[in-house]
Amino acid sequence: MSESTVARPIALDADAPALPGLLRASWLVAQKDLAIEFRTRTAFFSALVFALLGLTIFYFAWDPTAVASIDLAPGVLWVIFTFSGLLGLQRSFGVEQADRAMDALLAAPVEREAIYLGKAAANFLFVAGVQVVAIPAVALFYNVPLGSIWLSLTGIAVLAALGIVAVGTLFSAMAVNTRLAELLLPMLSLPFFVPIVMAAAQTTSRLLAGRPESEAWPWLRILLGFDLVFMLACAIAFPYTLDE
Amino acid sequence: MVPGSRSEARSELPVVEAEGLIRAFGGRRAVDGVSLTLHGGECLALFGPNGAGKTTLLRLLAGLLAPSAGRCLVGGVSLRADGGRAARSRVGLISHASMLYSALTARENVEFAARMYGLRRPAEAALRALKAMRVADRADSAVRALSRGLQQRVSIARAIVHEPLLLLCDEPYTGLDEVGSAALTEALGERRAHGAALLLVTHNLSEGLALATHAAIMRRGRFVRLEERGQVDGASYASAYRELVTADV
Repeated sequence: MSESTVARPIALDADAPALPGLLRASWLVAQKDLAIEFRTRTAFFSALVFALLGLTIFYFAWDPTAVASIDLAPGVLWVIFTFSGLLGLQRSFGVEQADRAMDALLAAPVEREAIYLGKAAANFLFVAGVQVVAIPAVALFYNVPLGSIWLSLTGIAVLAALGIVAVGTLFSAMAVNTRLAELLLPMLSLPFFVPIVMAAAQTTSRLLAGRPESEAWPWLRILLGFDLVFMLACAIAFPYTLDE
Repeated sequence: MVPGSRSEARSELPVVEAEGLIRAFGGRRAVDGVSLTLHGGECLALFGPNGAGKTTLLRLLAGLLAPSAGRCLVGGVSLRADGGRAARSRVGLISHASMLYSALTARENVEFAARMYGLRRPAEAALRALKAMRVADRADSAVRALSRGLQQRVSIARAIVHEPLLLLCDEPYTGLDEVGSAALTEALGERRAHGAALLLVTHNLSEGLALATHAAIMRRGRFVRLEERGQVDGASYASAYRELVTADV
């Protein structure tokens, strides 16, 4: 050991590792998160049971003579979807907390944004999986015909899921190191979810009512704009949430 | 464990060079102007009381924390260049926390690390690392099904899978049995023989001095003693260390 000398990078040989780029590293993180969820299935089944129980409660509290099903169903669908999605988001950074796995992830030679994008991709698939069950369940409970609008509804669901996941993944990272993580995540996220729920519910209700598509466009634009702005902003902001 | 190692050129240049590293949390400096240079094959055993800043120093060198001031190069590459990716790719971190995913198997955990470090044959590298830590026979067991000691061995395999140039070890022997300790000592020796440098944080003086080429005592964020191993007499060093530790109580 000695005092500092002039530094020149130490060259690696031809068999040197090829550090994963942003997309490759994101995929690795997503793959790992999905493998953990597939192995444990705790968060997915919790979210699914929560969604179905929520639908059941809303169903029994509903008076069909006072409110038509196509007026109620869109609101119920997106509210249930938002809350069940939170269960998955909570787990997202929770798995990194145990045994400080996050340290190994941060020590790896990948961009911090890749961790965010990987987590967001896994969360998106998680939320989409819940939607695959929740949307037909709503149609069944409220006797709503989805046949003609299923493609449009799928598009809305994808946009809504992207927005929720973009914001929720960032807040999950922020909340996980606090003692009130389970409380803090919904408190931080829900105000940001309002425009998503509003736009998704309004678009869905117009589609279900058979209104002209032009009426749904302003709401869809809100969804699209929200997704673009928050996906970019949250990916940029994410590395700062990791500073101690 | 390390075929085709990239060791020869390494020993000539410093593996790690830190100058005036400072890390403050609020108004308190956890690391206060630490400078050190380690060459390939060298091992610095770092002792100090709780709260002396040892772990913070390790986290700074691993790129987990950004310094408030000062600079750090690993293999001549700054921890700030390219978001620290190139420098971090040369560092391995062993801690008393396993940093593993309990739902995944030992093999999956180590392979995941190998892929994150961009290794060309991640499956082979993972198996090699697990074999080095004598835990390959449990490679397909979920980590949560392993004992604390076996988890620590898998954790060490994860840390050495990419053949790091700088190994940062924070109480690495915690929880290891005799076989695990021997495997770790062997793996550390092998890394050093291949030109890696070691920074070993421990409270166990004899364990640290057995491996060290240099020894340092840290207190209140600074090195208060720093000398070559040859200049260190075990007994007097132990009493000096005890004095420093009790001075903070």
